[in-house]
Amino acid sequence: MSLDGIFSLALLSQTVRISVPYVLAALGATISETGGVVNIALEGLILTGAFCAVLGSHYSGNPWVGVMAAMTGGIFVSLIHAVVCIRFRANQIISGLAINILAAGATKFFLKLIFHSSSNSSRVAGLPHWSFFGLDRAPVIGAIVSDSLILAAALLVFASYCLIYKTPFGLRLRAVGEHPECAETLGVSVYFMRCAGVMLCGVLAALAGAWLAFDQHQFSADMSGGRGYIALTAMIFGKWNPLWAALAAALFGLAEAFQIQLQTVGVSVPTQFIQMIPYVLTVVLLAGVIGKSRAPAADGKPYPGEE
Amino acid sequence: MTEQIFAVELRDISIRFGKVTANDSASLRVEKGEIHALVGENGAGKSTLMKILYGMYSPDSGMMKVNGAEAHFSGPRDAIASGIGMVHQHFMLVPPLTVAENVVLGQEPVKGCCAFDSGRARELVAQISRQYGFELDPAAKVETLSVGEQQRLEILKVLFRGAEILILDEPTAVLTPQETTSFFAILRKLKAQGKTVIIITHKLREVMAVSDTVTVMRRGKTVGTVRTAATNEAGLAQMMVGRPVVFQVERRLKTEREIAASPVVLSLEGICAKSDRWLDALCGISFEIRAGEIFGVAGVEGNGQSELIEIITGLRRPQSGRLTLSGQLMDFEENSPARMSKLGVGHVPEDRHRRGLVLDYSVRDNMVLGRQRESQFCSALSRNAEAVAAFGDRMIEDFDIYPADGELAARALSGGNQQKIVVARELSRRPKLLVASQPTRGVDVGAIEFIHRKIIEARDAGAAVLLLSAELSEIMSLSDMIGVIYHGALAGVFPAGSVNEDKIGLLMAGGKLP
Repeated sequence: MSLDGIFSLALLSQTVRISVPYVLAALGATISETGGVVNIALEGLILTGAFCAVLGSHYSGNPWVGVMAAMTGGIFVSLIHAVVCIRFRANQIISGLAINILAAGATKFFLKLIFHSSSNSSRVAGLPHWSFFGLDRAPVIGAIVSDSLILAAALLVFASYCLIYKTPFGLRLRAVGEHPECAETLGVSVYFMRCAGVMLCGVLAALAGAWLAFDQHQFSADMSGGRGYIALTAMIFGKWNPLWAALAAALFGLAEAFQIQLQTVGVSVPTQFIQMIPYVLTVVLLAGVIGKSRAPAADGKPYPGEE
Repeated sequence: MTEQIFAVELRDISIRFGKVTANDSASLRVEKGEIHALVGENGAGKSTLMKILYGMYSPDSGMMKVNGAEAHFSGPRDAIASGIGMVHQHFMLVPPLTVAENVVLGQEPVKGCCAFDSGRARELVAQISRQYGFELDPAAKVETLSVGEQQRLEILKVLFRGAEILILDEPTAVLTPQETTSFFAILRKLKAQGKTVIIITHKLREVMAVSDTVTVMRRGKTVGTVRTAATNEAGLAQMMVGRPVVFQVERRLKTEREIAASPVVLSLEGICAKSDRWLDALCGISFEIRAGEIFGVAGVEGNGQSELIEIITGLRRPQSGRLTLSGQLMDFEENSPARMSKLGVGHVPEDRHRRGLVLDYSVRDNMVLGRQRESQFCSALSRNAEAVAAFGDRMIEDFDIYPADGELAARALSGGNQQKIVVARELSRRPKLLVASQPTRGVDVGAIEFIHRKIIEARDAGAAVLLLSAELSEIMSLSDMIGVIYHGALAGVFPAGSVNEDKIGLLMAGGKLP
């Protein structure tokens, strides 16, 4: 048994690969909740994104068309959430759960219909790799710095931060999430801002799904595998701040990568315990940190509220 | 002759929410550059009328003119564009954002293509803050501001949007007397700069102090407009309520023989108790209340009043002392609110939202809270909805609760009418001992008189009443015996008529009588 093998560049590259969907989905949730809409539909959005990505790629042969299809699918599904929660002021948790169940069922249905399989689609091409200064030829990490979606995710972390904290849009979004009545009296449309937040969340979570699909070159049933919920945890752990949320997402990625490395190396601990690491970390972090983490004041509350 | 142009002219405005008519053909004319007070009881429709003027509601019928031009607002944005600004009763501020961010929200300065220019925002805000002497730090987070500062920030927000007409909804409700004085100075400064101010209030003293003209509203209608200089508090109160208001409810003082003949209902001996934070809250409280007697406890809030009430109503256990109710010594180990209530203790709590009402229940259901198991309100398995409804509706009529709709949630009623629900429920049980704490807090003049009258009626019917109030005038006008509480002990007990406000005020502040 050698532990040197665990802390290696391989661990780093694995961490990044695993973190990407967490980061993207956590960013989406952060934007949505900053505007005051709880979006536990992440799971369903990731599935939708993954399926649409494979579909677009399969029919066009161009993975970029797949990415566009994923984003369109994400927008479409979050539109359901937006209409139900914002226009009709329904309970946001229930709407989110319903979308998760709907997406799980619908993707399986279309999988059977289109790919004639109940488990996975046919294989599709992944996204092309980009080369900057020949970095893609570097050992191990080359695959990371040349992957377009990984680079995009890194960029989106900072873009989300700037959007929320450095633009008038972000100021209004925060105001709508904290005190919608106040925003409305100043002529800011609560409907519009909240819808925009939910749509952006849809796009980001669908990208997370697209990344999963292209990483595995196929869609398989229920491939989101609880990533949406981990992303929500990262958002809370990150105190509804995109930078911290991304960092928290990366931490979960690290825990999972660590667990995989431990198994490969073959530590004499039952694998079940090793597999628990990320989830134990989640529980511990939530229990220890949630008290200090404050959600936007009007998060999850429909507007207008009861008179 | 040309017609005078008013800053604001509302004509025959009506609006209904479901079954409730909030404004019924209300009309209002406000001259340019004046401070115009809009007064009325809680629920008279003042706020609704102003929200219509601010574009938040659109009226079912009626006409609006702003600076002589007919106006149709589809939202606050339109009203803001017409130079109208509104400061709401509950502050509309986003606590985690800075002063500057709160001010510019919705009209943010932009640099480059799409970035928020926070430096410019701070400059703009600092400039207006200086111009009116507001002394606000644009970079401060709103959650760190005092209530007075938040109020100034609200006005600053309105001025930033170029408002010429300012609507202020109950601006002084949250201010201390000192803050109110400096707030009035700001209003006069605004007037001197040519702004028109409409101030909603039900505090008549403030109307007299600051306004030029007063319009009175009652039950959704505007009942008249008068020059402030040509009226007084009594005149305004009469217009508000629709009949002369008695500030001092009449009552007959009892003779010594009558007092001696009535039995002692409540007797406390050497009660000591700790507060929630485990500090000494009460030490050595002893007094007794006889049937047909009102025992008033005067004192600045936080001197042990809450703990005293909680002990008597069974909500708290004292460290030591004896409590005797109608001759029965109470065992504190077994005491509970249900038991005290069963023994005939009625409780009008100091905070009606926390302990007096279930806000989401209907008025009728609130009327029978705590009595739902009585045989008249339920059968073996189910509640008797008809009996509850009939009882609730009778109480609504007896206590003149408005709107008179028993199915409405208590939340939808004004503070004064909510308080009447609590008083109606507690008095309808004909308690032997009524504990009334701050029974008229946040309640308008008409309802104050009504509640006072009901308390006196209960006393005359033989109930013992323990009255606690922060309003000295309330204690003075109702009590047969007056006790002063200071630092958890009674600083003195006097028969009514043997003591004046100055002496009590001195004891309340911890002074000693010569």
